[in-house]
Amino acid sequence: MRGFLISRLIQLVVTMFIVSVVVFLILRLSGDPVMVVAPDFFSQEQIDQMRKFWGFDRPLGEQYITFITKAISGDFGTSYLKKLPAMEVVLNRLGNTWILAAASAAIGITVAVPLGVLSALKRNSLLDLIITSMSSLGTAMPSFWLGLMLIIIFSVHLRILPAFGAHEPKALIMPSITLGVGMAARLSRMTRSAMLEVLNQDYVRTAHSKGLMHNTVVMRHALRNALIPIVTVFGLQLGWLLGGSVVVESVFSWPGLGRLMIESISVRDNTVVQAGLLWIALSFILINYAIDVIYIILDPRIKFQ
Amino acid sequence: MDTQSSHLSKAEAIAEMPAPRSLPFRVLSILAQSPVGVAGSLIVTVVVVLAFIGPVISPHDPQGRNIRGRFQPPGYADSVGSYILGNDQLGRDILSRIIAGSRVSVLVGVVSVLISGTIGVIYGLISGFVGGIVDNVLMRIVDGLLAIPFIILVIAISGVVGAGLSTLILILGFTGWITYARVIRGEVLKVREMEYVIAAYALGQSRRKVMLIHILPNVVSSAIVLAAVQVGVTILAESSLSFLGLGVKPPTVTWGLMLSDGRQYINSAWWMTAFPGIAITITVLGVVFLGDWLRDFLDPNVRGRA
Repeated sequence: MRGFLISRLIQLVVTMFIVSVVVFLILRLSGDPVMVVAPDFFSQEQIDQMRKFWGFDRPLGEQYITFITKAISGDFGTSYLKKLPAMEVVLNRLGNTWILAAASAAIGITVAVPLGVLSALKRNSLLDLIITSMSSLGTAMPSFWLGLMLIIIFSVHLRILPAFGAHEPKALIMPSITLGVGMAARLSRMTRSAMLEVLNQDYVRTAHSKGLMHNTVVMRHALRNALIPIVTVFGLQLGWLLGGSVVVESVFSWPGLGRLMIESISVRDNTVVQAGLLWIALSFILINYAIDVIYIILDPRIKFQ
Repeated sequence: MDTQSSHLSKAEAIAEMPAPRSLPFRVLSILAQSPVGVAGSLIVTVVVVLAFIGPVISPHDPQGRNIRGRFQPPGYADSVGSYILGNDQLGRDILSRIIAGSRVSVLVGVVSVLISGTIGVIYGLISGFVGGIVDNVLMRIVDGLLAIPFIILVIAISGVVGAGLSTLILILGFTGWITYARVIRGEVLKVREMEYVIAAYALGQSRRKVMLIHILPNVVSSAIVLAAVQVGVTILAESSLSFLGLGVKPPTVTWGLMLSDGRQYINSAWWMTAFPGIAITITVLGVVFLGDWLRDFLDPNVRGRA
């Protein structure tokens, strides 16, 4: 088991290395970064000076090495908009994004798992049809649009929930429902097919035929095994959740990392964009690493290669 | 078996067989058995037709302003004409703009998915077929790219490169392939060990021929199913980006931009937000349904299971 965890850890570091190269290259896609931010009235000499100051006159490989060595020690440069270390700016917002993501994930799981199980148990019934249709609808709906519609209903017309900000706990309700619905739609679909798969297994039939209560079979024998693919999909859907939060945070002016990214991208505050991208990727990778570990606990059959 | 039937001559037996149907007919008759497939293909057909003949059937000019008709709710009518879904802040007809917006969604959905699908299939094919260190390196690159959520990756790139319809299509095309690469590689690994592939080698076929003639056609169905899913993802991504001001720019009409307008007047004109969103939802739903049906149709192993 230890060997498995270590080999996954090495893979994690390799992935992070590739992410850093990708992020570094994305921000060089615009061509010369100096020309983008330099005011029009700058002379060629001043532009050259700027280029030298930021090290953009060095070869690309060398620039990357400088970038990554500093980044490892936690130095992502300075946000030119906020005049603060980029890492500090990003970490200040990361907490809010995690609160939103955790609340949405909680809503998603609480709604999706019971509905998915129900849908699989009552397969091809009217209830199943309703649940699967709702799930398709939830997948097809743009999450930011759902957010806007909630604002129209609960803020504009009923006036019971705040449309933006994070000053009161009530402000978390709408953004997390917005993302939670999308999450629930995706997870319930997966729960249903995982349950259907497990319900066909011999050991479930055996459990039934030795006279166990239906509920015991469903909860102890079927659901526990169906949880394995569900947990995996949950980890991958976190990517969707983090991505969706970027847009939803903008809709609700939620002061998280997503909104910071949009703001920084539009004013080309590149150091913050870089740091933000790396932190999002790191969180995603770490959570999926954690899920690999949970996986082993849930399923003792898994051999560690 | 009935003894009588064995006396039937071959010619009679052939005459009793149903006449061979053309391929489109067979596809249609299989499609008719699935309500989801029918709904999906109907929605997709309507949207595609609207994208093509939109200007002909559009009740108003999508850019045409009506000063008196500004912010008028659904059902408004004046001397200029009637506006079933209401008007926006410049008195432009929401319905006509939704019809005009279908064009961008179809264009973005189809073209970027063609680009990303082609790259993804080639990438996955090479990775799975060549194997070894090449496969390892290619897959680690995919891992790295997958660690950044798709929409964030697209937002970052379009923020740096700049926005616009054709740029956006290219960006979505050149990022979307990541989804295919791993799935196609997995399929290639499976197919590579099949007996008919080994037989092809035994018959002395070259590696390139085996790859193109025996392996590629067998992974195409997975690619098609993924492509259907990706069309939906791409349409949603375009609308998010345009909504955030990082995608298509006015005066081009897109559903995402309409939502961005709607958001500014969210306190007074709900119809500016509601209807474009419904258009996106229905379109993506159609694509999702069609994808579900295609998966069942192309892969009999999973039929009726999920």
